[in-house]
Amino acid sequence: MDAEITLHVDGTARHVTVDARTTLLDALRERLGVMAPKKGCDHGQCGSCTVLLNDRRVITCLVLAVAHDGARIVTAEGLAQDDHLHPVQQAFIDHDGFQCGYCTPGQICSAVGMLKEAEAGWPSAVSDLAAAEVRLSPAEIRERMSGNLCRCGAYAGIVAAIQQAAR
Amino acid sequence: MIGSPLPRLDGTAKVTGTARYAFEHRVADPAYAYPLQATVARGHITAINTSAAQAVDGVLAVITHENAPHLASTEDAELAVLQSTEIAFRGQVIGAVVADTSETARHAAGLVEVSYDPSPHDAVFTPDRDDLYTPDTVNPSFPTDTSQGDVESALKQSPVVVDHVYTTPMTHNNPLEPHTTVACWHDDQLTLYDSTQGVHSTRQSLAKALGLAPERIRVIAPHVGGGFGSKGQAHAHLVLAAMAAQAMPGRAVKLALTRQQMFSLVGYRTPTVQHVRLGAGPDGRLTAISMDVVEQTSRIKEFAEQTAIPARHMYAAPNRRTTHRLAALDVPVPSWMRAPGECPGMFGPEVAMDELANACGMDPVDLRVLNEPDVDPESGKPFSSRNLVACLREGAARFGWADREHAPRTRREHGWWVGTGVAASTYPVHVKPGSSATVRFQPDGRYRIEIGATDIGTGTWTALTQIAADALSVRVDAIDLRIGDTDLPPATVAGGSSGINSWGSAVVDAARAFRDKFGTGPNPGDEAQGTTPGNSAGERFAMRAFGAQFAEVRVHAATGEIRVPRLLGVFAVGRIINPRTARSQFLGGMTMGMSMALHEQSVLDERFGHVVNHDLAEYHIAANADVAGIEAHWVDETDPHVNPLGTKGIGEIGIVGTAAAIANAAHHATGIRVRDLPLTADKFLADARR
Ligand code: FES
Ligand code: FES
Repeated sequence: MDAEITLHVDGTARHVTVDARTTLLDALRERLGVMAPKKGCDHGQCGSCTVLLNDRRVITCLVLAVAHDGARIVTAEGLAQDDHLHPVQQAFIDHDGFQCGYCTPGQICSAVGMLKEAEAGWPSAVSDLAAAEVRLSPAEIRERMSGNLCRCGAYAGIVAAIQQAAR
Repeated sequence: MIGSPLPRLDGTAKVTGTARYAFEHRVADPAYAYPLQATVARGHITAINTSAAQAVDGVLAVITHENAPHLASTEDAELAVLQSTEIAFRGQVIGAVVADTSETARHAAGLVEVSYDPSPHDAVFTPDRDDLYTPDTVNPSFPTDTSQGDVESALKQSPVVVDHVYTTPMTHNNPLEPHTTVACWHDDQLTLYDSTQGVHSTRQSLAKALGLAPERIRVIAPHVGGGFGSKGQAHAHLVLAAMAAQAMPGRAVKLALTRQQMFSLVGYRTPTVQHVRLGAGPDGRLTAISMDVVEQTSRIKEFAEQTAIPARHMYAAPNRRTTHRLAALDVPVPSWMRAPGECPGMFGPEVAMDELANACGMDPVDLRVLNEPDVDPESGKPFSSRNLVACLREGAARFGWADREHAPRTRREHGWWVGTGVAASTYPVHVKPGSSATVRFQPDGRYRIEIGATDIGTGTWTALTQIAADALSVRVDAIDLRIGDTDLPPATVAGGSSGINSWGSAVVDAARAFRDKFGTGPNPGDEAQGTTPGNSAGERFAMRAFGAQFAEVRVHAATGEIRVPRLLGVFAVGRIINPRTARSQFLGGMTMGMSMALHEQSVLDERFGHVVNHDLAEYHIAANADVAGIEAHWVDETDPHVNPLGTKGIGEIGIVGTAAAIANAAHHATGIRVRDLPLTADKFLADARR
């Protein structure tokens, strides 16, 4: 069964017909040609498909497009504005926080979402619950970024990049 | 330019997600192919009913052995797709559904009814099978067995003997970008956007299978989302994609393997059983080294991992022996995974060295230094350069090794046993013949460099640009590099850490030819070619890279949970082209080595012949939280013999030895010797209960 929906992707309204079975990831990639979110597992196990959906980090292979009519989506491509990279993106380049780059757009969207969560005081499994605010130590960053796998093993650079961007 | 930490030239494209991987190239109105897989491990297909699938709205074709085109060559059994009714392993490709959308293709694939006449299969891997056989050679063409002196007598006479069996499990490469292909037949030309480590080698394999002139196939791969060996050779789905495209002339067909399908179709590291025996004097000096390896291959295609190779080159001992035996089973075809041979083959021996150090009451760094050979023990040739000792010493200094207490199980902090361990790394220097490069001066004043190489995350875009700029004595922004396309001059596969050695040498050769011909004031259109030069130094020297890895490990006394708070590697790998991307190569290898140590294990259900933990939720790889303090360093090493650039290759050595260093540290922490990877919590608890 097909449905017509509208997605606001990186600042542009896009109308698209989707099968009821179409994931948001496939709607973006295969129907709209928005290739920044990557498909690494299609099962919510790797994080490479992460985007910001209404300002929150979401893995798009686990949500159905038809359930998100009208949603506001920012991909890694949309984080860069007028040739200016987002500070998190620049930090990833500075610290070589990637090799093949396939997990990278997901890592970056996840990091941007994570920084907001930390700023809002959301605790993680390693947070000091007595503390008034979240201090983004390397251990905090590692914990909060562990939903994004990197088979190239660029974690050391990723953590350094996020620390730089958080400053 | 060479030696400067230039940020990746493809960085902006990668951080914005605009770098195009295979599945992402724009093609008009594509169709989607979804593979069908066998659900028995051995037997024949007796009937295949596709009518329900074909009746689904949007299904364009169902391809099976009944209607598939005849292949020109079935010599490579893995690529002999849909040529008969025979099933050789569970998960084998038995067809494909092609449809207008991926959702439809996948749904219809579930409607295809297949009947089988199953035969009894055998997927039980044990070292005591009575049908183990001796392969002619081991990958790619090393002698299967070697022997020097008299190992048995030497072991009998040795005051100290270490004699244990070590095992490494079946593991899967799992690059984050799944294997994907977009194929299009147009006017008798086949164009493929493929996720491959070698566009030219992929074209050759496919041309042979399909019986086409290679010129009629074009393979394009500007960016590849990792491979680690699994994308180094063509696999069945590539032929399937070509067949699907053939069924739909003029229309591009997209085929992406799912993560689950990758566990049976794109190769894996064979499980290994390593019987290691070391004989030594009380002072730790080795008298005998023996390593007998048993591993698995598939019944239809042999892959003999060269696991005992590093034992032939690492340490001096007058009496030596190595053997490889294989069990041919009804299982998927094993293949290359990062540092085949060296990676598993440095687990057993490097843990055994730690056991020997304990037995002799020696420091494990000192033991390795003591047994450093003057020449390559295998060939008797001198090493072109060998700086293992320098790596051990520098690593020990940086790690703070001197403060280590000798006895295991002596340090306990807040409920955790804490220990440290060391292991050596090594990897051969490969330079592959057969790459060519073109340098052309452009009207815009830049130099265009063309070579059909690939960047699988290794940094080829950046490193080759630096090499070209250096060879032409121009700034990097005067270089316009083109790679990843068979329309470019031939280049060898990105494998065996040979890429920069081979392609870089061709680029240097082309640049020299260009300057010789046109000097420093060329005209637009001037061009010159170069190739990877032959190197006779291999006849005079043994050439290998070396390294040392140090690990700190904590094992929870109550739960057995194991963590690696510190990992430090020092490598001697010749000249470093780009320190920034090189560090990432080392850290990436070490991280994958930690992943191997702690997590990775494909569990094959012998009853059905498939990997049960076939996804990333159950096949665990290292996550961010697994990696804490991790450092990579290198010693200055100038080796004029390896190739004109002086590089040794850096993509694989980082994974070699890591698991042994971690296992040795875990023993130092707990006193429990785990000889079977991965080092899961149960192994520390089971032993502790004794
Ligand atoms: S593709 Fe969505 S989590 Fe892996
Ligand atoms: S950069 Fe390759 S998977 Fe992360």
